[in-house]
Amino acid sequence: MLEKVYSAQLPVGEDLVIYKNRIACENPVGRIAVVSGTHGDELEGQYVCYEMIRRLEEHPEYLRGTVDIYPQLNPLGIDMARRNVPKMEMDMNRIFPGSMDGTVMERAAASVVKDISGADVCIDVHASDMYVREIPQVRVSAEFAQKLLPFAKLLNADMIWLNATATVHESTLAHSMNMLGVPTLVMEMGLGLRITRIYGDQVVDGIFYLMREMGLWTGSVSPVREPVISSDGEVEFIRAEHAGIFLPNIAHRHYLHQGEKIGEIVDVLTGKVVQEIVAKKGGVVFTLREYPFVYEGSLIARILEQDTQA
Amino acid sequence: MYIEEIYRVEAPYREDMVVKGYRFGKGDKAACILGPMRGSEIQQLYICSQLVRVLKELEGNGCISAGKEIMVIPVVNNYAMNVGKRYWGVEDVDINRKFPGSSYGEAAARIAGGIFEAVKDYSYGIQLASFYMTGEFVPHVRMMETGYQNTSLANLFGLPYVAVRKPAPIDTRTLNYNWQDEMTAAFSLYTNKNTEIDEESASQAVAAVLRFLTRMGIIRYESHSGYISHVILEEDLSNIHVTCGGIFRSLVKTGADVRYGNKLAEVIDPYEGSVKETVYAPTDGIVFFQYTEPLIMQGEMAYRLIHRLHA
Repeated sequence: MLEKVYSAQLPVGEDLVIYKNRIACENPVGRIAVVSGTHGDELEGQYVCYEMIRRLEEHPEYLRGTVDIYPQLNPLGIDMARRNVPKMEMDMNRIFPGSMDGTVMERAAASVVKDISGADVCIDVHASDMYVREIPQVRVSAEFAQKLLPFAKLLNADMIWLNATATVHESTLAHSMNMLGVPTLVMEMGLGLRITRIYGDQVVDGIFYLMREMGLWTGSVSPVREPVISSDGEVEFIRAEHAGIFLPNIAHRHYLHQGEKIGEIVDVLTGKVVQEIVAKKGGVVFTLREYPFVYEGSLIARILEQDTQA
Repeated sequence: MYIEEIYRVEAPYREDMVVKGYRFGKGDKAACILGPMRGSEIQQLYICSQLVRVLKELEGNGCISAGKEIMVIPVVNNYAMNVGKRYWGVEDVDINRKFPGSSYGEAAARIAGGIFEAVKDYSYGIQLASFYMTGEFVPHVRMMETGYQNTSLANLFGLPYVAVRKPAPIDTRTLNYNWQDEMTAAFSLYTNKNTEIDEESASQAVAAVLRFLTRMGIIRYESHSGYISHVILEEDLSNIHVTCGGIFRSLVKTGADVRYGNKLAEVIDPYEGSVKETVYAPTDGIVFFQYTEPLIMQGEMAYRLIHRLHA
């Protein structure tokens, strides 16, 4: 059943509406919320929402709980393929928990928080931005790790990253919901402005597995993979030290050996290589730059350190 | 006056972005004044440029106090300004949400880190800033309630109001917040404009900064005494929201003294031209903030009023 979580008239001839789709059985034993579209340039979650609803509608007889799906927290951003809320130029995931006495989007944020409150678990599905590609991963802040890890392990992610501060920042939906007692996990995967269907299926399998463990789903589920659990200390960030065009030598998810070449940054005007990027340690490349233009400091890759010298 | 390079960003398709600091006087790091980190802060750029002009004259006349040093950074984000964008770079990042920054982080964090390294040791930090909401304010000094804020010092600017804001999570990565965290007495100055220049309020801001520097013994400058500031807590302001979207016709200006029931604005139907809503003052007060765009959404904050306590 479609419900309006928040609605406001735009100036000329349309409303901004944040919808949710509630799929529920009679006498539900619990509630799960699946949220996406906070950043308008992250579309991976759109497939996850679609596929969740498709499977639930296909076999409603197995549902024992309530599933609330919010595909579009920032509908104007998705429409315009913009990360921030258009016109206001605000990152919606930096205004939670919002305020009912604030600006339009602060009120929208507060309405979303109010609507999700009371759920037994919440999954906030993000994609990467258009600059780097990510493997499916769950990001968990150290503050809530003890509570969230048992859920995170069931989500069929390749990796659980503890204390990844940027996405579990205090003003995010996840932090706000965790503070309110709703265990909320942030999923990241793929690339901005794209849908990677294989990742989406993997994540949806994980959410159904979690629902089954919580008693919300009695249908069959696929077994989930064992995620690598890493803390910030085990993740090596590789950044551009010069501006230019990045040309990769490796593929995403590649297992790097120490000393292996990741790529180079070139100056297209002079035809010179300005930086050759070599792995200092071995490991799996779970983040790799897709957008070639870089400034000094731009993220090139993130490597989860593993011994690959053998 | 000594011009130094504070931070440089190399770019393959543009001239390097060079953040310049204009240093006046020698000695203790007394005051740092910092201009636009967003490309939309044109008024703030203008104010800083005028401060550089005046301080240069004052230094030439020997009016910078001995043993005191002032630094003005007229602009950080000239890249965004030159292409009509608000935020920095292709990744569209707000530098004022990246403090204290990091020399190992992403590009915007490195810029913030480079700036912060150069400004963090000053006793007084003054930022010409813009707010995240679109609209106009009565000129005021804004401080965050970090526990280190000192409203008595803020009064010395002689602007009509000092506003104290309880920091929300979104505020903890701003320069103002991090300055205070490093024990710099930090102030953000707001005038009534951002994207266009208003000479009158720009002059008021320049005079306020010079007044503050004079009162702190950093410069010698003749100025009138300004206002005795009224300290307001942001949470005590009355927020007035519109109940429908449409064309916004404001009938009052910032600073206006309004009475309960006065007509403040109308929302016009964009198709039929009729008045959809009339906005009335819910209390006696002073208009501290007003929304200034011609189109408005339902639920948008149109005004913020300072309660008038005495008739």
